[in-house]
Amino acid sequence: MRQSNTYIIVFSLILTAVLGGLLSGVSQVLGPTQKKAQDLDTKKQILGAIPAEKTKLGDMSPEEILARYAEVISSEVADYEGNLVTTNEKGEPLVAENVNIEKNYKKPAEERVYPVFKYRNGNEVAYILPTYGAGLWDAIWGFVALNEDLETIKGVTFSHKGETPGLGARITTDEVQERYQGKSIVENQELVSVTMIKGEGNPPSKLDDTKVDGLAGATLTANGVNAMLLNYLGYYQAYFNKHSANANANADAMSMNNQ
Amino acid sequence: MSTETLEKPIVKKEAIFSKRRKKFVIDPLSDDNPITIQVLGICSALAVTTQMKPTMVMAISVTMVLILSNLIISLMRNIIPSRVRIIVQLAVVATLVTLVNEVLKAYAFDMYKELSVFIGLIITNCIVMGRLEAFALGNKPYDSMLDGLGSGLGYSWIILTVAFFRELFGSGKVFGYPVFEAIGMDNLATNGLMVSPVGAFMVLGFIIWVQRTKTGYVEH
Repeated sequence: MRQSNTYIIVFSLILTAVLGGLLSGVSQVLGPTQKKAQDLDTKKQILGAIPAEKTKLGDMSPEEILARYAEVISSEVADYEGNLVTTNEKGEPLVAENVNIEKNYKKPAEERVYPVFKYRNGNEVAYILPTYGAGLWDAIWGFVALNEDLETIKGVTFSHKGETPGLGARITTDEVQERYQGKSIVENQELVSVTMIKGEGNPPSKLDDTKVDGLAGATLTANGVNAMLLNYLGYYQAYFNKHSANANANADAMSMNNQ
Repeated sequence: MSTETLEKPIVKKEAIFSKRRKKFVIDPLSDDNPITIQVLGICSALAVTTQMKPTMVMAISVTMVLILSNLIISLMRNIIPSRVRIIVQLAVVATLVTLVNEVLKAYAFDMYKELSVFIGLIITNCIVMGRLEAFALGNKPYDSMLDGLGSGLGYSWIILTVAFFRELFGSGKVFGYPVFEAIGMDNLATNGLMVSPVGAFMVLGFIIWVQRTKTGYVEH
């Protein structure tokens, strides 16, 4: 059966309208739920940087996670100079949790904004910093929790988009992330970050306070992680110099290493 | 592939699961399997099958999309202008896939993060278009749904089997549960080849080999 052109055009128009309407309707209906899910995911990742919290996350319901987050985390956003920013370029209030690290990463370092998540549980204080960089195949990102001294790592959590399963993708495993706990990011009062060295199962003699055991077969992913940590820890030094609790004590030590 | 469109005219008041209809569901499981016999949907069989859990979500999603798109296209089969039928099918499939993606994003965000790229690719999964073109355009809605279900199940069991072996030998786990550790073989080395697409090709090859030995199917 051969239909007329008019029939085909009218049919196509109606089909487009119906399908388009359906999709936008669904998007409207599901939008709030999706936003919640995304929000929960971000908060889970932020809390997950603290090892003690991460072990508890698995048994918590979404509501409990959000409540816990609200209880222990306070956040603010800093610029490259370390000054706090409260509004974005459109003048809307800037919420640290909503800052898109990936979008910021595409801008030059000086123009980015840097969210900081302060963790306070009793007397325990930690700073959780988002990081973003390039792995072997695609983007990698994560959160690093620094202890109150701003020199030792409390915990890290990493994610990736397309690292090789079983090799580079292992950066998401607890086993690898635990290697970072307690490591120091400064050496001789200089920021050196923590380096993941080549090869796996290195003898303790090769590892020290600023080095962690590597990933067999994933040296390039490890290099990506190293660069990401060094970059972002560097970006946050300006903020720490101005705003951390022991800003004055650190100012002298860090002022030389702000790049 | 095009033989189904030549089905005999349907007798009135046929049983819901008559012999003919059972064939729609059972045939694609083995004798007319979309992956191993028709060699459709290979890309996703390679891409998502490193672990059981995402594979399961993928299998369910593809089956849902197959059933629903078959149903919708079959309902519209008499009004779809034949000259633009492919684009109409594509629009319907794309809409359904987007719906699946949106639902996953809202209710299974972890899965969405892991699978969203592959979910989008269901649109180009040849099984879906293949069934629409070969079956739904020429058959009644209920039969088309059964056909979609059959093809979906046929696709599902193959990719789940592939995923089972890949996860077992590639990561030593099944559904994330460390099997080898549980039976005291925790120093067993995992096979890196299995987590790469090459592993999927090999497992798929074995399945096709075993299946064809049993059924005696030969390519013509």
